[in-house]
Amino acid sequence: MKFPSDDALNEASETVEIFGQKGVSRRDFMKFCTGMAAILALPATFIPKIAEAVSGQKPYVVWLEFQDCAGDSESMLRASKPTIASIVLDVISLEYHETIMAPSGKNAEKSLMDVVNNQKGKYIAIVEGAIPLKDGGVYCCIGGRSAIDIAKEVCGNAAFTINVGSCSSWGGIASAKPNPTGAVGVGEAVPGITYVNLPGCPMNVENVTATIVHYLTFGTLPSVDEKHRPYFAHGKTVHDNCERRAHYDAGQFVRQWGDEGHRQGWCLYEMGCKGPVAHFNCPSIRWNGATSWPVQGGHGCIACAADHNWDEAYPFYSRLPNVPGFGIESTADKIGAGLAAATAAGLVLHGVGRAISSKKEE
Amino acid sequence: MANEGKRVYTWELPVRFTHWIIALCIFVFSITGFYIGNPFMYAISSKQYIMGWMRFIHFVTAYVFLMCVIIRIYWGFMGNKYACICAWFPFSGEKLSELFSVLKFYLFLSKKVPYTVGHHALSGLTYLIVYLFFIFEIASGFALYSVNHHGAIWYILGGWLTGAMSLSFIRLYHHLVMYVLLSFTLVHVYFALYSDSREKNGLMISIFTGYKFSSGKESDL
Repeated sequence: MKFPSDDALNEASETVEIFGQKGVSRRDFMKFCTGMAAILALPATFIPKIAEAVSGQKPYVVWLEFQDCAGDSESMLRASKPTIASIVLDVISLEYHETIMAPSGKNAEKSLMDVVNNQKGKYIAIVEGAIPLKDGGVYCCIGGRSAIDIAKEVCGNAAFTINVGSCSSWGGIASAKPNPTGAVGVGEAVPGITYVNLPGCPMNVENVTATIVHYLTFGTLPSVDEKHRPYFAHGKTVHDNCERRAHYDAGQFVRQWGDEGHRQGWCLYEMGCKGPVAHFNCPSIRWNGATSWPVQGGHGCIACAADHNWDEAYPFYSRLPNVPGFGIESTADKIGAGLAAATAAGLVLHGVGRAISSKKEE
Repeated sequence: MANEGKRVYTWELPVRFTHWIIALCIFVFSITGFYIGNPFMYAISSKQYIMGWMRFIHFVTAYVFLMCVIIRIYWGFMGNKYACICAWFPFSGEKLSELFSVLKFYLFLSKKVPYTVGHHALSGLTYLIVYLFFIFEIASGFALYSVNHHGAIWYILGGWLTGAMSLSFIRLYHHLVMYVLLSFTLVHVYFALYSDSREKNGLMISIFTGYKFSSGKESDL
């Protein structure tokens, strides 16, 4: 049997040889290119284009960390197909990354400034972490400069910025109520820049790689929604692609942690799963080399890629949010039932009142 | 009293038709919607399709409901004076004083029976509020529907709401308004019975036949 991609693979053989010299097997390299085409929903004929693009240029990349936990860096280091070492570092030229770079102190800051000054408008800025704006941005300073100051210079001079993780996309946990440091995402902190948001807690490295590959292949950023999230990664809800979806439609729900339904892998909807309000390609690309993802592991989605999920998708273990203005113990159904009961009681009282007042008339 | 005992054709067919279809819709919405929000039945076999059917019925009912609301508002401009949408806006001085006198009557503060053929000021205002809730339910419902149905029509019908509110809160308010509408239904039926017994104008039967009986004291005959 001949697959349509076979010709495409042969066309790319020259590129493959180059990678072969770097210790990456033809098989692994083509798997990577095919995988990228799949994530970006491109037909197989684009595989040689992708192969050519990723073996050609090596864009300069600087990775900034602000109010973060380095979780997105951890996620990046977990890249397995391709591994971070074999492809990502060969595809891009990572010039600055506080957590994994060898230099420190002034030397580290010098490498950042070298890229900003010498590659103006050509390098890619990747930002991890929120930017605090309150009190002049004093709550996050690196090398004596505030995060907002660095972001303005580095992101402002970049070809474009990729905001990895929820913190740099919209503020993340740092911006959860009451948001003491005035944390916001990069798009809001530095208006006017070209950027893509790849939210998630953490972001999925496959999506970051795919965004860069898209840029290398087509020279443009992938198309994005109104929240600047690429459609290929955030176009569909977790619920719609969930492997447990059939149980939802059937009416099979987990009612308690560890019950029979939970052991059978039924739908986690009643346990507060936020899959229906979360847009992410988690169910299809999964994590840690497509090993698993939260729902597969038996835990509901917390809508980590949805705006302000810490405030608005909360509580994570109940289906509806708390009703604003009522105690945290009140659920919508209790309030609704109370409203109906109060109405009925009011009507009974009215009926009694009517009976009394009509007696008076007689 | 020349008009006493006269039959007055009050509720025209579109008014009665939409009234009953909307009532049926609210009944179906509440059962299916409550299941969608809080599944109270559990499938024994994965071959069942309970949530699937509940959602399907809910969505089909949504379109029926939307059409009824459109027809009723349209008839508010095209129908007779009792169907007129102007009855829902009792903000003129005269109407406001009527509103307070009806309120007093309902609260036993006055014994003056508010004789009207169509909607009195208080009921008109109530229906305005109810229709605003209807419109909110339609918009929020289509906003939730637009999450996995991309297209201009769903965006216009409610998808735009997702830009202003988070999906979790749209779902919460969509759910809470169900209780508001159920409470309204209780109040509505109660006061229909109450007015029928006080005004003795055949109000309860009028929503089936369309005819009310005039006592000759009505202000809007």
